[in-house]
Amino acid sequence: MYTERVIAEFTNPENVGEMADADGVGEVGSPTCGDIMKIYLKVEGDRIADVRFQTFGCAAAIASSSMATRMIRGMTLAEAWSLSNGDVVESLGGLPPAKVHCSVLASDAIRAAINDWRTRQGLPPWDAGSRGCCGEAEPENG
Amino acid sequence: MNDQADRPVYMDHAATTFMKPEVLAAMAPYFSQYFGNPSSLYRFSGEPRKGVDAARRQVAAALGANPEEIYFCAGGSEADNWAIKGVALANRKRGDHIITSAIEHHAVLHTCEWLKRQGFLVTYLPVDEFGRVDPGSVEEAITDRTTLVSVMTANNEIGTIQPVAEIGRVAHDHGALFHTDAVQAVGAVPIDVDAMNIDLLSLSGHKFYGPKGTGALYVRRGTRLENLVHGGGQERGRRAGTENVPGIVGLGRAIELATADIEGHNRRIAAMRDRLIRGVLGSIPDARLNGHPTERLANNANFSFRYVEGESILLLLDAQGICASTGSACSSGSLEPSHVLLATGLSHEEAHGSLRLTLGDANTEDDVDYVLSVLPDVIGRLRRISPLTPPGAGVREVD
Ligand SMILES: Cc1ncc(COP(=O)(O)O)c(C=O)c1O
Ligand SMILES: [Zn+2]
Repeated sequence: MYTERVIAEFTNPENVGEMADADGVGEVGSPTCGDIMKIYLKVEGDRIADVRFQTFGCAAAIASSSMATRMIRGMTLAEAWSLSNGDVVESLGGLPPAKVHCSVLASDAIRAAINDWRTRQGLPPWDAGSRGCCGEAEPENG
Repeated sequence: MNDQADRPVYMDHAATTFMKPEVLAAMAPYFSQYFGNPSSLYRFSGEPRKGVDAARRQVAAALGANPEEIYFCAGGSEADNWAIKGVALANRKRGDHIITSAIEHHAVLHTCEWLKRQGFLVTYLPVDEFGRVDPGSVEEAITDRTTLVSVMTANNEIGTIQPVAEIGRVAHDHGALFHTDAVQAVGAVPIDVDAMNIDLLSLSGHKFYGPKGTGALYVRRGTRLENLVHGGGQERGRRAGTENVPGIVGLGRAIELATADIEGHNRRIAAMRDRLIRGVLGSIPDARLNGHPTERLANNANFSFRYVEGESILLLLDAQGICASTGSACSSGSLEPSHVLLATGLSHEEAHGSLRLTLGDANTEDDVDYVLSVLPDVIGRLRRISPLTPPGAGVREVD
């Protein structure tokens, strides 16, 4: 069901791990959704000098995290902010429709990390909107 | 060591099994040589008719039933739909209440949901932490409006075997019929429909080395049951459609083989399964076995690994030639993880981190060794990526 690029990104992810001295950290998702993504940023000036991620989740979530972190390294914070999950999915060569929601987490986590950095700088957070990972409704229990 | 380059290590026999060569051989003549329609009157249709009759006797013998009580259909899902809708609708004047369990296959649960939309009442019995239904809970839930109790013989995800005979007795004590989905149980749990108080039983050929798209419903003589598939007069007027003769012949041969020596088969398979379970729990920290410690299918091992997600486990195993399955939502396309694991009280995280390995006749001790050599590293790799992994916990040293 996954493209070879997704599988390759998933089996050999880049930028994995914790960053002890991160300037901004963003975590989104929950165990209920099945995907949790945490992004660590090192910021120099207004650019992302380094980035790491930790992800609990499916292959799509891990591949999206890896791809998104590769894409934003070296970007300005404004550029990274405007990275959409569609950009990530495109770079992965597509995701199955049921898996697109897993890639939303990557862009959400990046935004959360940027706002964490802004808050630490005494700057007002940008308006992220909340796209959530599970939609609003709790699925019924059969 | 297993040379997995040559063949995958297939440990997903609860999903489906390969077909045995004996089964294929039994089916072969019925595609081209004995292709006649069993309903036709000329002598040329004698062989296909005899093939179907023989299969009916084979299935009946495997269940302790009479051949006239066996109805062939297109698989486990159809048998479940037929049994539940058929009993509910045929007995509607007597009552409108159905009792089932929280851990049934979707073929049962979604059928009950449909009946609910038609105005029926449905009670979903809870299970304990091992996935067992308490017959006492049937006693509490049953009323004089109850027409059907449906509880599976063995669960497809965690392998837990239910106290079917006791549940059937409670149903009968209150004048209700008892249906059991035995799709996973045939060939693993000895079945005697009389001793086990079963009125209707579903089975499916592709779970015991028979052909896919074949199944049967056992219906005790005298049971009030509406038809599901309307049309021609096949299956004594109860299930229309020209018989899948090769499939039926294959199903018959397969069930004969699968039930010839259940005890010996279970002994061999359970020995491998127990080594697999011991090996996994012994080499991977923060892992648990899901399901019942003893009342479980001989071929079923179901684990939860903390801090990691099942689909990721599956795909890393696939990359190493191992076929397995998971109850994680992310693999199913829905957002909820396995209703079975949640019903046993697992947290969402534990349910998402589940892995099911189901052994079969072609597995060897080498396969077990191979899985045991691969799985700890797979879990370790994913735990090193996961933000849930506590510092230093649950990760083996990098190789
Ligand atoms: C317990 C159970 N019931 C019903 C079914 C459905 O059977 P089939 O695939 O033959 O329709 C399955 C198969 O997955 C099963 O495991
Ligand atoms: Zn996901």
